[in-house]
Amino acid sequence: MDHISPVLWQFLEKWLERFALFPPEASTVAPQSDALFFFMVLVSLIGLTIVVLLIVAFSILYSKKRHPQAVQIEGSTILEATWTIIPLGLFLVMFVWGALLYFRIYTPPANALNIYVVGKQWMWKAEHPGGQHEINMLHVPVGRPIQITLISQDVFHSFSIPAFRVKREAIPGRYTTVWFEATRTGTFHLFCTQYCGTNHSQMIGDVIVMTPDDYKKWLESSTSGNSLAQDGERLFTSLSCGACHNARPDARGPSLAGVYNARLTLSSGQAITADDAYLREAILNPSEHITQGYAPIMPTYQGQISEEGVIALVEYIKNLDSDYRVQQTLNTTELAPNIEEKAAPAAKAPAAQEGVNP
Amino acid sequence: MSAATIVSLPDQSTARIPKMNFLTRENGLLSWLLTSDHKRIATLYLISITFFFFIGGALAGLIRLELLTPQTSLMAADTYNKVFTMHGVIMVFLFLVPSVPATIGNFFIPMMIGAKDLALPKINLLSWYLYVGAGIMMIYTMAAGGVDTGWTFTTPLSTHYLNTHVISTGLAIFVAGFSSIFTGLNFIVTIHKMRVPGMTWFRLPLFVWSNYAASILMVLGTPVLAITLVLVVLERTMHIGVFDPAYGGDPLLFQHLFWFYSHPAVYIMILPGMGVISEVVSTFSRKRVFGYTAVAFSSVAIAVFGFFVWAHHMFIMGISNYAALIFSLLTMLVAVPSAIKIFNWTFTLYKGSITFETPMLYAFGFMGLFTIGGLTGVFLGTTGTDIHLTETYFIVAHFHFVMVGGMLMAFLSGIHFWWPKWTGRMYPEKISQFAAVVTFIGFNFTFFPQFILGMLGMPRRYAAYPPEFQALNVFSTAGATILGVGYLLPILYLTWSLKYGAVAGDNPWQATGLEWQTQSPPLTENFLETPIMDHEAYDYEWLEKQNIARQQQKEVASAG
Repeated sequence: MDHISPVLWQFLEKWLERFALFPPEASTVAPQSDALFFFMVLVSLIGLTIVVLLIVAFSILYSKKRHPQAVQIEGSTILEATWTIIPLGLFLVMFVWGALLYFRIYTPPANALNIYVVGKQWMWKAEHPGGQHEINMLHVPVGRPIQITLISQDVFHSFSIPAFRVKREAIPGRYTTVWFEATRTGTFHLFCTQYCGTNHSQMIGDVIVMTPDDYKKWLESSTSGNSLAQDGERLFTSLSCGACHNARPDARGPSLAGVYNARLTLSSGQAITADDAYLREAILNPSEHITQGYAPIMPTYQGQISEEGVIALVEYIKNLDSDYRVQQTLNTTELAPNIEEKAAPAAKAPAAQEGVNP
Repeated sequence: MSAATIVSLPDQSTARIPKMNFLTRENGLLSWLLTSDHKRIATLYLISITFFFFIGGALAGLIRLELLTPQTSLMAADTYNKVFTMHGVIMVFLFLVPSVPATIGNFFIPMMIGAKDLALPKINLLSWYLYVGAGIMMIYTMAAGGVDTGWTFTTPLSTHYLNTHVISTGLAIFVAGFSSIFTGLNFIVTIHKMRVPGMTWFRLPLFVWSNYAASILMVLGTPVLAITLVLVVLERTMHIGVFDPAYGGDPLLFQHLFWFYSHPAVYIMILPGMGVISEVVSTFSRKRVFGYTAVAFSSVAIAVFGFFVWAHHMFIMGISNYAALIFSLLTMLVAVPSAIKIFNWTFTLYKGSITFETPMLYAFGFMGLFTIGGLTGVFLGTTGTDIHLTETYFIVAHFHFVMVGGMLMAFLSGIHFWWPKWTGRMYPEKISQFAAVVTFIGFNFTFFPQFILGMLGMPRRYAAYPPEFQALNVFSTAGATILGVGYLLPILYLTWSLKYGAVAGDNPWQATGLEWQTQSPPLTENFLETPIMDHEAYDYEWLEKQNIARQQQKEVASAG
């Protein structure tokens, strides 16, 4: 075809490059989301066609030229009932179908690999449990459920991967989660979709979906030497948290080993589960989260620790009852199937990592 | 069913504009600025909202120009953020909210119920002054450097992270809010207390019903917005922790409060437009509105359910999954009354005697575009698909289909429909029909590609975007140019018609509303003698009898 006109051909090629019409389907949930989407498109098209056809037909049949005398009609209860009940029924089908999808997207499976993502003006910082940090990039393995635990350091952001059909708001001061399982390798857009100030449109990145082998190589080559839990331990030491939280009988603070996901009773009498959100709050606003039997002496760390720091501390506390220190930075995020294939000694540690994920 | 009616159009060749009318009653600037005549205040409103519509429209033009290329080529990101923020604020608070109620509603609600004025004429004038005050504050904001919070004012961005004129904008919206509270209050009191004898609730024109429903929303919803904006200003100036978690506030509280007003606000904007469509479709089909009570009650249902769906703006924000379910279910319920209205208007055409004057063309445009806008709203009200589509161009397209395709079409339909009554002169029909078609084509070109962009995942409020989105954005910008022409034309020919338009006569459309049973433009007192409502709304047989009686009277007079 390019013999017609090379210039025109070039132009056409360039045009097509800039003329996307449908996003790739690259996660397990994407085809499910699209199925509902197309069902709704179909229903809408049928509804719209009915309305437009009726308007056109009536306009032709009952135009003044053809039909000079209007017939006065009050209305029709049967017709009113028809166009109340049928749309309502269809909307309810969409509601139920949508609700099932919604619960699927926002309920991470228990075996998901957790990656923390911090949004801040104007970048996404990903914190892998193996201690790999990245900015505006997110490397994930194909075929493995990934849970993203989100938080914002400043204003509202929104973590959106159109190819996966998932999106979740990153909220200041609050963890939110979303999960996906990529089904295709490749590079996909990561957008911030909540307006967040000047460079909102620059807060974009790439999600790089890799084969398990490539992912393993990437983990090895991008390690910072410490796992996220080890980063947390350093911070724990430098902030002298251990002065109180040391598990000694006369300790002024509660022991933190095994505290993660445990049921605690606070001095207010309230019973809570010590999840990520609770641990974060207990570090930043301790006076409101005093465990029963302890004095409210812990100072606040609000404004002194970045969100990444809090994440590292939480990750450390999560891993306190495991032998996380034995783990090498790599195999904390190693893929579960590979681990099983591997020799026994290394297998124990990742199992602990798996266990603490909710 | 009843017998067929023939409506004969009056002879307009001998018509003159009556010397005494509300426009000629008094002269001079002061007579306008101190007027308490609802018709003059409506005229003042019409001029002021048109002014702000064109500022908002120019800003929209800048947005579309910037988005012609993937890079930020026309303006810096900060400027772009200010442009879309001010486009949103001006269009929502200074155009869409007051558009139909404060102009057409202000002018015609008293006339439709046979009253001489609104119940509280001075409050009505005050409401216009508040509007102007808000407008001046907004112009000050723009002149002083603008604001870039987005019209949604999301905290803590608006309270602690931006150095632009958030406070003056917040106060402008606060003041504009009181303007709409006063308008709503005035309408409620007027509709309750000022109906002429015989004008029962179920004889009210549907335009009055829909404005009544919108007024309730204005009065109950707007104070929440006002309080929320005051809290934003307090947090911004005094660091009182209400919304910002860094100060001990709740990050989601702002969104709950904001959408508690701003979702009903979309019904404030669309309901009066729906009222216009009921009047227009009935008039140009020469047939009573199909299922009057269903249409009337669907307005009320929208107003009631409209208050309980706000959190559908927050499905992805980490609200409880079960809360999301309830709000999604209620959203489905609020979609039904809109569907009912669409079908009732469609069946009003059935066995009518239809003509295709400009108001009717705009009404057809409304019905098609609002159907698309409404149905795509269901995509967003469905929790599962909302996750992918929200915060993208899909939502931008959706609300522009409702607000521009729906509301603006209804506004233009209404302006053309009542122009003869308002000014005493006809607009030029052919060019207006042309403008209506241009608007429809331009609109679809502009906003339909944005649905596809949204499905592709293009986020809203992006000054720059990945190159694969360019082609669709070029379509959109090209469409906006056509749309711009569609909006400029009415300004030109309507202004022209003020002097050169054909004389309209009392009832050029042979419509049944009481407002058409008096001279055009009306007297300051609206009616020479208080009319009595002795027939149902949209009773074309009554109108025919009236015409025959008048004809006979004339014949008797000329014979005598």
